[in-house]
Amino acid sequence: MKKDWVIQADGLRKIYQMGEVEVRALDGVSLKIERGDVVAIMGPSGSGKSTLMNILGCLDRPSDGEYALDGEAVSQLNDDQLAGIRNRKVGFVFQSFNLLSRTTALANVELPLRYAGMTEGRRDKARQAMDAVGLTDRMYHRPTELSGGQQQRVAIARALVNQPAIIMADEPTGNLDSKVGQEIMNLLLNLNRERGTTLIIVTHDPAIAKQTRRTIRLRDGLVESDR
Amino acid sequence: MNLAQSILEALESLSANKLRSGLTILGIVIGVGAVIAMLAVGRGAEATITGSISGIGTNLLFVFRGAMDDSVRNPRPLTLGDADAIADPFQAPSVAAVAPALQGSGEVTYGGETVNTTINGVTPAYFPVRNYGLLEGEPISEVHLLGRASVVLLGPDVADALFGHIDGLVGETVRIEGQPFRVIGVLESKGGGSFGSQDNVVIIPFSTAQARLIRRSTSDRVDVIFVQAVDAESVPQASEEIAQILRTRHRTAIGADDFTIFSQEDFLDVASTITGVLTIFLGGIAGISLLVGGIGIMNIMLVSVTERTREIGLRKALGARRRDILIQFLTESSLLSLIGGVIGIGLGWLIAFIVGRIAANSGTPFDPSIGLDSVLLATLFSAAVGLFFGIYPANRAAGLEPVEALRYE
Repeated sequence: MKKDWVIQADGLRKIYQMGEVEVRALDGVSLKIERGDVVAIMGPSGSGKSTLMNILGCLDRPSDGEYALDGEAVSQLNDDQLAGIRNRKVGFVFQSFNLLSRTTALANVELPLRYAGMTEGRRDKARQAMDAVGLTDRMYHRPTELSGGQQQRVAIARALVNQPAIIMADEPTGNLDSKVGQEIMNLLLNLNRERGTTLIIVTHDPAIAKQTRRTIRLRDGLVESDR
Repeated sequence: MNLAQSILEALESLSANKLRSGLTILGIVIGVGAVIAMLAVGRGAEATITGSISGIGTNLLFVFRGAMDDSVRNPRPLTLGDADAIADPFQAPSVAAVAPALQGSGEVTYGGETVNTTINGVTPAYFPVRNYGLLEGEPISEVHLLGRASVVLLGPDVADALFGHIDGLVGETVRIEGQPFRVIGVLESKGGGSFGSQDNVVIIPFSTAQARLIRRSTSDRVDVIFVQAVDAESVPQASEEIAQILRTRHRTAIGADDFTIFSQEDFLDVASTITGVLTIFLGGIAGISLLVGGIGIMNIMLVSVTERTREIGLRKALGARRRDILIQFLTESSLLSLIGGVIGIGLGWLIAFIVGRIAANSGTPFDPSIGLDSVLLATLFSAAVGLFFGIYPANRAAGLEPVEALRYE
């Protein structure tokens, strides 16, 4: 059976020029990720895992190499086109939640829909996403009135509201204690099971990596192991 | 993203930092308020000056001795003969009435009160020509003129200063430069003017002034000849006729008139030029404060962009395009200045109103008027200031790299 690749990357390089020194953050990474998979990206700091996540999440462009996300070649797109791709195909979950503190949780979840140009039914869709993460009764709270775990749930609701092809989670449990962190992991794994959303988790916590089906280890900008 | 949504969100983020937003708005409030108030004061000044010039008389021409620019040496004085010649309907058909006058200043006393005032020596024609009405009593007549009578008409300001009231004064005796004069009437008020109050005058018969108060080198000399044209259209024609008569009588060289003819129009032109410059000057100063307010907006928006770098990065990660961020920040800066503009219009109106009241209390009828055009101008200008000074910070925000912005601490 032909496999359905949601991510196809070939020879990704990212080179920063720091004054005289050339830093090769990624030095030729090729990988494919199947739709519906759960993948952990691990590696010591400076190994290039954040850079890889930024490129896979279309926040950044590779210096060299080809990258197709959900069947769309994105390495040559301009800033606004990349913004569109991020909006439709990628959901981000950050270590520090990154919610807008001035507005309600529901308004935070609505934000991607607004940038998608959706005018009607936004509120309903955002409510459904809040239901999906189990925060039906916290919709009109501000992020500052929520606990860390609840804030991360709001962030997950925001990530999945546009039904993206992949969810990129950068240390999603890093700011939470282990019990709440496990709850968040369970929620993410559940979403993967129920909706088939591809999950890419950047982490340095082996306990998290153990729960994924595949672990990619990076070192010095290269794939060290892939199991 | 629709407009209402953007405005709502901008209001939300502005109200997140109320003190800062308020102070920024204050800069614009002061700027717009100053512009509105200054334009209103300038306009009020123009209206007052125009009004007082119109109050001098109707279809009036003023004839003075000497050229405007002092180019003619030894100009011949104007005489009663000149006035008579101008009054000749065959030589000057456009002239309706002629009133020669002597003007000087002097001290008027009654009891212990003393007033320094303008003394006008006039003929009976003076009253209709200059549009003077009487509160009581009678005007100067031919009889007074022939008899060189020691009679006087008091301006209301003079009457008030000497007697404390302006009615029932006929028959009183005042002293002008020490000589006794019988009061035969009180003038109606013409209102204060920019030429000094037209109410601070006394009027005496021409012949009396000539003989006893305002002595001039030649006996039949006059200081000013007031001429009334038959109607408004014939003012230029009358001016030309007067010039012809005086050129012939003074035997001046061509192009070297030793007299000057002013019409009310000329005065109005001069006055509106002066008030126009005044308004531009005041408006310019006020405009500078609006500019300073705009720089304040730019400053605050730059701070805000820096503060919200992470937020911008997040919005970009969620799919905000360059344009979305640009609109967000431009909406905020425009709202700041627009709110400031609206409050500023209120403040400007208040200042203009207070200035008007102060002027009214000090006896000068002065009515600062706020035109719709200056309100529109101020609103548009303040919105433009917000947009203009918002563009740089907004552009900076929109140009941030999402990766860099998200990493910003």
